[in-house]
Amino acid sequence: MDALRKRIVEDLGEADANYLRNVVDKQRKLELLGRGLLAVGIFPPAFVAGVGALALSKIIDNMEIGHNVMHGQYDWMRDEALNSLVFEWDTVCPSENWKHSHNYMHHTYTNIVGKDRDVGYGILRMSEAQKWNLYYLGNPLYAVALATFFQWGVMLHDMEVEKLVTGEKRWADTSEVRKKIVRKSMKQVGKDYVLFPLLSGPFAPITLAGNASANLIRNLWTFSIIFCGHFPDGVATFTEEEAEQESRGQWYLRQLLGSANITGSPLFHVLTGNLSHQIEHHLFPDIPARRYAEMSATVKDACERYGLPYNTGGLSAQLGSVAKKIIKLALPWTGRGDDKTPTAAATPQAA
Amino acid sequence: MPTPANPRPGLLAKVGVPLLERLATPHSPDRYLEMINPTWSLREVRGVVTSVHRSAPESITLQVQPNSNWRGFQAGQHVVFTLIIAGVRRSRCYSVTSSEHHRDGLLEFTVRKGPDGLVSGFLHSDLAPGTVVHITQAQGDFVLPSPRPAQVLLVSGGSGITPVMSMLRTLCDEGYTGRVTFLHYTRRAEDVPYDDELTRLAAEHDNVQLLRVCTQEDNDRDGITGRFSADQLEQHVPGWRQATSYVCGSARLVEDVRALWAEHDLEHLLKAEQFDPPAAIVPTDGEITGTVSFSKSGKSADNTGRPLLEQAEALGLTPEYGCRMGICFSCTRRKTAGNVQHLHTGEVTTESEADIQLCVTVPVGGDVTVDL
Repeated sequence: MDALRKRIVEDLGEADANYLRNVVDKQRKLELLGRGLLAVGIFPPAFVAGVGALALSKIIDNMEIGHNVMHGQYDWMRDEALNSLVFEWDTVCPSENWKHSHNYMHHTYTNIVGKDRDVGYGILRMSEAQKWNLYYLGNPLYAVALATFFQWGVMLHDMEVEKLVTGEKRWADTSEVRKKIVRKSMKQVGKDYVLFPLLSGPFAPITLAGNASANLIRNLWTFSIIFCGHFPDGVATFTEEEAEQESRGQWYLRQLLGSANITGSPLFHVLTGNLSHQIEHHLFPDIPARRYAEMSATVKDACERYGLPYNTGGLSAQLGSVAKKIIKLALPWTGRGDDKTPTAAATPQAA
Repeated sequence: MPTPANPRPGLLAKVGVPLLERLATPHSPDRYLEMINPTWSLREVRGVVTSVHRSAPESITLQVQPNSNWRGFQAGQHVVFTLIIAGVRRSRCYSVTSSEHHRDGLLEFTVRKGPDGLVSGFLHSDLAPGTVVHITQAQGDFVLPSPRPAQVLLVSGGSGITPVMSMLRTLCDEGYTGRVTFLHYTRRAEDVPYDDELTRLAAEHDNVQLLRVCTQEDNDRDGITGRFSADQLEQHVPGWRQATSYVCGSARLVEDVRALWAEHDLEHLLKAEQFDPPAAIVPTDGEITGTVSFSKSGKSADNTGRPLLEQAEALGLTPEYGCRMGICFSCTRRKTAGNVQHLHTGEVTTESEADIQLCVTVPVGGDVTVDL
């Protein structure tokens, strides 16, 4: 894995930089197109096309640009506008809070129940290792709500609300996080639900509806892709003891066993921010995501040689698998005994 | 009635700019403005290269038309000049060489080709008119006082000619009547950029004394030879003690000049600007040398060879960090001097201004300074 990493890092250069600048260019054109069409959204075809363009713009901004830039994948370009230290994305979640909960907590402690708060986001029961209680009967309902309001869920993630409920964390401890949330979400709401509608004059309600629809589509899409990354059947979770004192090889192995890919066309991969290559992303989170496809061949080959699972499937199959798990884990009799997932016991020779 | 120096910002600036920012959030409006014209920006200075020509065998001179955000400069100041080379943004400091009074507002830069200069090499072989560059506002206090002093002595060596060329041009343009001595050192006569212009300026202005010195060939066209020395100065510029003096060039020239002025208690009349020697790439394997300094906290210690994050913590600093294994970028900070090596990639970063991940970066080959 380290050798593969080195080979790709040495090859990074102009093509990767041009690719990202090209994606940014396409995204901003889609955004302007979407805003323009929604201003005249009184004509139904313009409304539909406008929602589509704006939703695509937001999806590309959040996934292929935002997520990846904030991982530091393109820091080597030294472009202030595309640097992990300063980049902000088109969602209500402040980048700084997200970098803490995602880049650090989730990518370091991937799928360790009790440490990686992306396991269920503190709301859902996504692993048998999470103890069932009456609250989890609503698992499917919470999932639908989270999908609908996903950007707000992501925004609240770093507040660690579940720790506030249990008293592990005090309300005052969240003041820094809260301040950033308020500042960022006001700006986003101001843009999508006040200023652009006002600019449309008499058609303000139509523009508002269009912007809300674009945000909703982006929410459903990003929720789907992200939940397919770690929760399909066959993806492992780990205990804190299993991950203690792990070597770099074992860390690689946990990333591999804890992630799942989605198959699809090149355009599909772009729209997922290449998170359809979740396995490669977790092995190499700071390498430009456009390289994951070429890296996957080597990773897959290593999995075959060492008899390790390489979890992949089409979007509908993976989504179906996630949905089944969400419903199943709502029920009290699903516990540790039902566990068919591989554990981290395999020796990490591959790395 | 006197006109105000800065016209009051119009309605467009007062209402339009904040509105644009609100609409473009979370991105900068520049991201959209540059779709219409790549030099458009609300605040950044960007410019377009209007001409490129060779001013000496190893020197290239380019002119840049800055956008309206440019607030002007004083002769002798420099800018940080940024352009994209092979996908990566690269920045270098260059002095402006044009006159403060240049009529069409073009900024001129002259860049000497370094032995393996990435940016200067690109400027020499690939820069074409029409290229868009980013520049900062003018910086530095290596400038002429206002009102102008009675006598000016400009000493330069090699590419150190650039800021003093701007001073000479500015003084000539504004009809300065005091005495100006332009003392310039190069290895060979053909290395002097602006050679023809210097000859012309000296011919047109009686108060300009031109002394071009070749240190590596027998050429006394201005009647002066050899390296800088007190005797040489005494002989050719007898009034040097009364002049407001400027020196720009290699470390050696600057040190020699400084020493002489110090000897005569004339330091208050001298301003000096020294060229940084090119960063030496010497990551000697395993050898742990140098000092690690953290500039914001003012702490420093001998390099222990450990990652910079650990060295900072050992000094009692508490920089933000996350994974401590190079994946989360929480501990990224600006390195302002020295060479460092990334532990995973082995990549050595020599540029003076670079963002590095403290947890997986170690100092190599000498002193390192981090903005922390």
